[in-house]
Amino acid sequence: MKNTSKKGAWIGLLCIAALLAAVVVLENVLDPNKNIMVFTALKKGAVYALVAVSMNLLNGFTGLFSLGQAGFMLLGAYTYAILTIPTSQRDAVYYIYNGSAINFSLPELFGGGAVGLVLGVLLALILGGCVAAVVAWLIGLPVLRLKSDYLAIATLGFGEIIRAVFQWDKLGPVTNGANALKNFPTFTSFNIQNANGETVLRLSTFVAFLLAGVCIAVIVLLINSTYGRAFKAIRDDEVAAEAMGINLSRHKRLAFVISSFFAGFGGGMFAMFANQAQAKTFTTAMTYEILLIVVIGGIGSVSGSCIAAFLYVAASEWWLRFLDAETFIGGVKVPLLRNGFRMVVFSVVIMIVVLFFRRGIMGDKELPDLLKKRRKEGAVK
Amino acid sequence: MQYAISILLSGVSLGGQYALIAIGYTMVYGILRLINFAHGDVFMVAGLMMVYLTASLPLAVSIPLVLILTVLLGFVIERAAYKPLREAPRMSVMISAIGVSYLLQNLATYITGGLPQMYPEIPGISATVSIAGVSTKWVTIVTPVLVLVLVAALTQLINHTKVGMAMRAVAKDFETAQLMGIKINAVISVTFIIGSFLAAVGSVLYFTNYQSIVPLSGSLPGLRAFVAAVFGGIGSIPGAVVGAFIIGLSESIIKGSNWSIFSDAFTFALLIIILVVKPTGLFGEKVTDKV
Repeated sequence: MKNTSKKGAWIGLLCIAALLAAVVVLENVLDPNKNIMVFTALKKGAVYALVAVSMNLLNGFTGLFSLGQAGFMLLGAYTYAILTIPTSQRDAVYYIYNGSAINFSLPELFGGGAVGLVLGVLLALILGGCVAAVVAWLIGLPVLRLKSDYLAIATLGFGEIIRAVFQWDKLGPVTNGANALKNFPTFTSFNIQNANGETVLRLSTFVAFLLAGVCIAVIVLLINSTYGRAFKAIRDDEVAAEAMGINLSRHKRLAFVISSFFAGFGGGMFAMFANQAQAKTFTTAMTYEILLIVVIGGIGSVSGSCIAAFLYVAASEWWLRFLDAETFIGGVKVPLLRNGFRMVVFSVVIMIVVLFFRRGIMGDKELPDLLKKRRKEGAVK
Repeated sequence: MQYAISILLSGVSLGGQYALIAIGYTMVYGILRLINFAHGDVFMVAGLMMVYLTASLPLAVSIPLVLILTVLLGFVIERAAYKPLREAPRMSVMISAIGVSYLLQNLATYITGGLPQMYPEIPGISATVSIAGVSTKWVTIVTPVLVLVLVAALTQLINHTKVGMAMRAVAKDFETAQLMGIKINAVISVTFIIGSFLAAVGSVLYFTNYQSIVPLSGSLPGLRAFVAAVFGGIGSIPGAVVGAFIIGLSESIIKGSNWSIFSDAFTFALLIIILVVKPTGLFGEKVTDKV
């Protein structure tokens, strides 16, 4: 048994390595300026996959229905942005508040250059996650005592509170008020350039995949550990789990804090993707979007969440774009196609999934489970 | 002094408008144990219908038509999105409600083109009036009165009619009520119809005050009304009304101070506090969980 699981882990690692290599090759073969949509979808998909998996850890594996994801992403995004804006850019970004209250940037503290960039960005992302985790711990003290839908509403409310606090004028020198934070290192900063400023090796999508991949791998390891089994026991039956000696409040808090850490990390990555961090983007609608990804992928399936994240982002950002443009076929205008129609079609599709395919793409199965089943069926034949 | 009166007036009228929405939340929750996230958007759609209908029809026709169409919308949403999931876990129904809300918002964006729509002036309640030296719209005074009348009528309906008795029975115990021969689906439909009707009335009053409608204008009033319903004790109609007036007043007081950006934060902080201190709300019944 132990042998097979080890073998499975190796195969999984190999698959991920192959995927990462494929991304590097793809990005350097295709011209990103001509295929903007492909790479936008890939990067945003990677970010959303991480956030969706972190939400799934809470909603799907621990059975805590939380809707505070956007709030934790906001914390991560702001922490990342505040810590990494280069000191020379601070006056330009914080021009309304006559400069920033914080006058250092992590990449420069690490000596700048490539090493400083990698270490600084990584540390800022991790710190973003930590800020989200600490806040989650504080919020969790009162909120986690609530049951199902009350918990959902309380965490939803918390997201709104966070958003209001970050737009507060008095915090302007730190958070830049309601204005966007920008000019910090983004995914494109990781493209390697030669002395003439020409891009030699494009790594921006690779970095997004690598970061998301490592985080998701950590979450998977956690789910397969004793803690993960305790989470699932709580989801299936709280009373029985407690009777088996699982400390309910401790495990719930743990799940909440860890999920928030990765949501914060994902928030920092979202800022890198969007090239800016602004409180008004992290609305309840964003939480709903992530929740719908989790539902489409299957509540309780990590690989489902990942697949659904890419499908969702690709469909909404790229494949369905044509629905927004007025089209003429043979001189006749196609009816209904107009700005906004894409989202209508999209939400109808989501409703169909929610109503008729309630288990989503994967149910609570993982990708390897499906493959195994097929192999078994083949053996019987 | 005048400032205080004007804040008080706007708070009371806002509270009344929230009360009409909150009743819809509280009744649905009482029966289905479902937070109907789409309710705020039904309220917004009622506003948009008014804009489009008054463009071609006289007011005397369009107001009743808006009420009827909104009721129909609430009925259809229940039948299409919630009824198929009656046996499913509660979370699925809630996710379906979020899906409906998403759909209504996107539909509204498509139809309006994302541009804010101006709500029509309604003669009578749009006119200004001055009370104790404060000038305000008639709607400010009409709202609390209308709310009280409607709530009184609703209480009569629930306490003294057969449908009302059925609703109380279903709220108490879903399965036993079904065994006693109550047509559950009919009762649930009636609940949604009443809720949507009140939301439509609320939208007429609310948008006469805040005239521009965007596809997202339903979501925040909806959430605030839901907070009001929880605050008053979810499932209880007088609770929802009292909660709504408290939320409306505190919102208007905070909006009038230097802390206006925190008005929603305060509302939600209030929610978290009440949930932690007294989860059943002001008037809620105590529920014991069965193992």
